[in-house]
Amino acid sequence: MTRLTIDPITRLEGHGKIEIFLDDRGEVERTYFQVPELRGFESFCVGRPVEEMPVLTNRICGVCPEAHHLAAAKAADAVYRVDPPRTAKLLRELLYCAFFVTDHTTHFYALGGPDIFVGPDAPVAERNILGVIRKVGLEVGGRVIETRRAGHRVIELIGGRAIHPCTSVPGGLTHGIGEDARAEIETIARSMLDFAGLSLGLFDRTLTGDPATRELLLGDLYRHETYYAGLVDERGRVALYDGRVSVMAPDGERLGTYAPADYRDWIAEHVEPWTYLKFPYLRQVGWRGFVDGKESGIYCVGPLGRLNAADGMATPRAEEAYERFYATLAPPVDGHRALVHQRGASHWARLIEMLYAAERMLEIVADPEITSDDVRAVPTETPTEGVGTVEAPRGTLTHHYWTDERGILTGVNLIVGTTNNHAPIAMSIERAARGLIHSGVVVDDGLLDRIEMAFRAYDPCFGCATHSLPGQMPLEVTIRDSNGGTIEVLRRD
Amino acid sequence: MIAPDRRHRFAMYGAASCGGCDISVLNLHEAILDLADRFEIVLWPTVMDAKYDDLAAMPDRSIDLTLFSGGIRNDENEELARLLRRKSAILVAFGSCATEGCIPGLANLRSVDELVATAFEGPTTDNPDHVRPMTRWPAPEGELHLPAMGRLVRTLDQVVAVDYRVPGCPPETERIAEVIGLLGAALDGKAPLPPTGAVLGAGQSTVCDECRRDRGIKRIARFERIQDLASIDPGLCLLEQGLPCNGPATRSGCAAKCPLAGAPCIGCYGPADGVVDFGARLMSAFASVVDASEPGQIDRILDGLPDPVGQFYRFSLAGSLLRGARVTRTAPPEPVEPVLAGATQGADS
Repeated sequence: MTRLTIDPITRLEGHGKIEIFLDDRGEVERTYFQVPELRGFESFCVGRPVEEMPVLTNRICGVCPEAHHLAAAKAADAVYRVDPPRTAKLLRELLYCAFFVTDHTTHFYALGGPDIFVGPDAPVAERNILGVIRKVGLEVGGRVIETRRAGHRVIELIGGRAIHPCTSVPGGLTHGIGEDARAEIETIARSMLDFAGLSLGLFDRTLTGDPATRELLLGDLYRHETYYAGLVDERGRVALYDGRVSVMAPDGERLGTYAPADYRDWIAEHVEPWTYLKFPYLRQVGWRGFVDGKESGIYCVGPLGRLNAADGMATPRAEEAYERFYATLAPPVDGHRALVHQRGASHWARLIEMLYAAERMLEIVADPEITSDDVRAVPTETPTEGVGTVEAPRGTLTHHYWTDERGILTGVNLIVGTTNNHAPIAMSIERAARGLIHSGVVVDDGLLDRIEMAFRAYDPCFGCATHSLPGQMPLEVTIRDSNGGTIEVLRRD
Repeated sequence: MIAPDRRHRFAMYGAASCGGCDISVLNLHEAILDLADRFEIVLWPTVMDAKYDDLAAMPDRSIDLTLFSGGIRNDENEELARLLRRKSAILVAFGSCATEGCIPGLANLRSVDELVATAFEGPTTDNPDHVRPMTRWPAPEGELHLPAMGRLVRTLDQVVAVDYRVPGCPPETERIAEVIGLLGAALDGKAPLPPTGAVLGAGQSTVCDECRRDRGIKRIARFERIQDLASIDPGLCLLEQGLPCNGPATRSGCAAKCPLAGAPCIGCYGPADGVVDFGARLMSAFASVVDASEPGQIDRILDGLPDPVGQFYRFSLAGSLLRGARVTRTAPPEPVEPVLAGATQGADS
């Protein structure tokens, strides 16, 4: 048995490792995608005041702290059964849409971009954002930088800080925005909308002009027929800040929708001994191992999951782009909805969401109540238990808290975006390896990068995923005190 | 020293971290191009494709500047810390995790058993056989390895010698630009290197000194929870409105962004210059705004803080003198039989 190791996998947030085993004929026997660390937030947040969760849990992930900040704030609202004023909810959503444009820009150009614009066969030194800028030109490169700067400006205007925002509290926000800030955000949103359109055009032209990249991203190498999930609004359209979770079967039939507070009826998490990360699946379909199809409860979230789980987009230009996406990649079969299963199409889906988020920002800043001072409701109920769910860029993010009557946490359960995608990512890596590595094929750096592209399409964030803490290791001696608490751990190797 | 005929070599690495430090560096925006101009970036897994083998092959001290973010949670983090120390001429503990443990350092309040039970027996976990991740697992195709977790989260300087420390969760982008400018100029020979051990990218005073809110006006009769305040005065010191704001003990450098946005300082820039113990300093600062004449009254007011450990050691627990709360024990433990952990052993066994 031959073993190939890719360590660390790169251009993602957090750590990961891929082990590929080849049989005696040089064919892929099995791949293992391992997440090597965990940190323990669900445990050590117990005992903390619930109003701190928006600033404690954003330290789960510095790439998407806005997602944890708002999921935590919504869970804290729910713990107190307090409904924030309309302006507070709009401001949170406005911050969140600016964050989506920013984060999707980071992924499309800096993390995934090298695969799309530079290509896996380019020298390693070229496969980064600087190589992308050399390919797309300084003008587009300048727009990338400007969009990221502007996005962080909006986040700071509403959230207080550009990274790890601090202003969401139970019941709303610590401050509102004035007309100057509103006008500034409106200008930024227009520029972002323009940039999203430009990025879609660039993607389109790149795929048209480069059939090999098109085949790589949209062919069968990274294709899996799984379930899909994502938040939708009351008309079944993609929602980011709030909504019901829609679950779509691989054949395009909706399995159902549920209120986020009912997530435990829908989601369970499988455990394997070779990775620190769990594998969520649909409880009513069941865990059948690492296989796709309608009998397997594995589901996919994130841009592709959201588009597949929804019936459309809530803003005009995004809706137009959505229609084109499906007309091109998955036209209806006998009048029935078909889904896009190629994981490389996530890059395209991400740009459609960027368009939506920018259009939604323009709707929100035009709202007459957006500069109101009424941004916080004081809770009156005794705190108990609450669930908060948002769509993180990488997928559905759920925070669930239990507290005592003072609002001190007694329990925490988190299911984060990337964790939902853990099984699909593991399957995509194995499929890519099987498709690429054969007897007599030279395994070079470009080939291994094509395997990494299988996870990169998901834009994974293992900082997020590793919020929980590791298990007790084998080959260790644990010495305990009389209460069962560990006082010493000795490694035996 | 540095040969003049080549660009300086730069590395950035995140151990047990959230990636926020990486994003804060990326937020240099145009200045990131200057960084790429001035330095040859030899390792930065978040944004480029060099692997660990490439790092191991580099000559010792061949990386001129390494920014190391993240805490030391497992043996892989520790191995990379030692490797990067060996390969780097200047090693910077970058951000709160590397300098003082940050929020993930609060895990030191729990035993590994408690952490395990929470993570792998949680309300959505389907784990009837109590499976645990294993450092070595005999897969049918070959043995798989995972890093082993340490008993405590450690800071970088608890593992290797550190040349400089840059505080903040994350360090503010403007401060990062200053640090890179400063160290870049020193590497160019145009400025002296700061003294070893210096705190860079931050001020010497406290967040209060950067905060524009009015203070010295009111004393408080009790602490408030922010959700219970009917309104937040936009101009008055948050501490004097009863909110437990960590500004008085926290190092300046962030421009007091949180308190100016109406949110109490949570202390992410670590202890101000000369403060040995963040919690002790903060406690005395809190006592000084309390409207009480007797020690008993002060105690009652401080009792209004529902989570003292979280309040006083939110970011600094791992790096503090305490390191973890479990080090305090009133009596020596009873001798017990060692327990050998197995593949499918329950956390409660």
